[in-house]
Amino acid sequence: MHPFLKHSRFGLYLLAWIPLVAILIYVMGARGKMGWAESAGLVLPLCGIYAAVCLGAWYPVKGAPLDATPVQQLALTHLTAAAVLSLLWIQLAKGLAYVLSRVPEFVEIQEHLAPQLPILFGAGFLLYLLSVSYHYVIFSLEASHEAEARVMETSVLAREAELKALKAQVNPHFLFNSLNSISALTSVDPAKAREMCILLADFLRMTLGLGEKNVIPLGEELSLLDRFLAIEKVRFGARLKIEENIQEESRALLVPPLVLQPLVENAVVHGIANLPEGGCIKLSSQAQDGRLFLTVENSFDPESTATRRNGMGLVNVRRRLEGRYGSEATIQANAAEDHFRVELSLPAETGDASK
Amino acid sequence: MSTTKKRLGALIVDDEDLARVVIRELLSPHPEIEILGECANGFEAVKTVADHKPDLIFLDVQMPKLTGFDVLELIGTDVPVIFVTAYDQYAMRAFDVHAVDYLLKPVGKERFEAALERAKSRLGEKMPAPQELAAAARPPQQFLERLVVKDGTKVTLIPVAKLDYAEAQDDYVALASQGKKHLKQQTIVGLEACLDPSAFVRIHRSYIVNLERVARIEPYGKDSRLAILADGTRLPVSRTGYARLKSLLDERK
Repeated sequence: MHPFLKHSRFGLYLLAWIPLVAILIYVMGARGKMGWAESAGLVLPLCGIYAAVCLGAWYPVKGAPLDATPVQQLALTHLTAAAVLSLLWIQLAKGLAYVLSRVPEFVEIQEHLAPQLPILFGAGFLLYLLSVSYHYVIFSLEASHEAEARVMETSVLAREAELKALKAQVNPHFLFNSLNSISALTSVDPAKAREMCILLADFLRMTLGLGEKNVIPLGEELSLLDRFLAIEKVRFGARLKIEENIQEESRALLVPPLVLQPLVENAVVHGIANLPEGGCIKLSSQAQDGRLFLTVENSFDPESTATRRNGMGLVNVRRRLEGRYGSEATIQANAAEDHFRVELSLPAETGDASK
Repeated sequence: MSTTKKRLGALIVDDEDLARVVIRELLSPHPEIEILGECANGFEAVKTVADHKPDLIFLDVQMPKLTGFDVLELIGTDVPVIFVTAYDQYAMRAFDVHAVDYLLKPVGKERFEAALERAKSRLGEKMPAPQELAAAARPPQQFLERLVVKDGTKVTLIPVAKLDYAEAQDDYVALASQGKKHLKQQTIVGLEACLDPSAFVRIHRSYIVNLERVARIEPYGKDSRLAILADGTRLPVSRTGYARLKSLLDERK
């Protein structure tokens, strides 16, 4: 579809014609024997028609894009079109002059027009070329808008896919180690093995289900963490100690799913697992003044190096918080002596999690 | 000396109780194997190997402080090791490349038997060079974060940031860190390959220096220079070494 017809650009196009028409009326009226009235009476309808005709320049412009057409071909196409259209246009001018000469005031218009025809031809030629250039500008604007829109669309899709992938991550290490623990328990403590199977199944089920949701009540995230930590507790035994300090009212507040799980997993993998004697993971939540404060703290080996402490988990959670809350949420990680602490602060949202 | 029916001493090293339980259980139908001990971390493992000289070691890869690779590096290459790991694509690839046997958790009986047979048949064979194995198991673009050194039975960990320089001494490298020198059995070429090339420069055939420690460079003799470290140590810089040092310092500007 012609781009001028679907946008407000049509008005702009007509507006651009006004000064050109004025100049043409002036040139025709000031030169030779033609009077102002004759000039205006002839030029106004002529230009109205020509403005409509020049819209047709869109098609050769589209057919010969600037970057994909040789210069010679470009010149040939548009110069020929300009000459042909301009010739037709002056024929139209003659016809119009013939019609106007029937009006008493314009009896001599045909004689007055004859010497002006070369000027009119030149004007028609130039006007068409102007229209072609204008179309080229619009054409490339359209193309760049489209490209921009495509880029935007792709990045939005990529972001969504990324967020989805971030949510659904279950660490293969965790899975294989848990299975290994179960395999050991089957002979030593079959009842415990069964319990562990159920914990693992619950954990997997909850994790899979959460991928679909945008927010869940904090309580749900915490019960997922209970499963996770119960499984890790079987693996690490006395090396893993857990302290929870959860404010009851905060359980109903909404958080993005799996916002704490990667942090707690980090606390285990980069904290407890690196300590031969083990350590403690502290979880706390508190709602205050419209904000929800969450912290995950763990013991860690200060001799283990920094890159191992800041795994993907933290980056992952930060990105997801930014995605949902923008600058409304903050996440801070601090390592102090033998403790690593991550603090989250987000808007305390209430409502229906299914939305 | 008769070797018939001599029982083989095995050592199980894993930081998780339950993981050791599995190996012990899988070994129980094998009267020819005697479990010499179980270790919950790498330090214990290094000490127990020195004390009991086992014939076979089941070694977990992911352990606190000292990994399975560190342990192998410290105990030498005379004892067959069967690595045990949960999931580590790079380690598995390294094992394949170096034909070291390994078991994946959870460990199955058949696979375990096969590994055990293979280990028995290879008794007395040397393990591949531990540094090569460890280097192959490192994810690409990752460099060592710390070095492990053994002095008798004492194990020292040196974070690479605390390494001032390394000096080649025959088959060993002397690692200078915080005013002390630690000898480690490794070539300087091997060490160079494990260190982050944007932080450590080979300034001389026999020297690698931590760029952070270099205070200034002084001309010395016709074609060579001296690197003066922050603590006053003077190290020779060869012509090619100077070129490397200079390009690295230019990059940092």
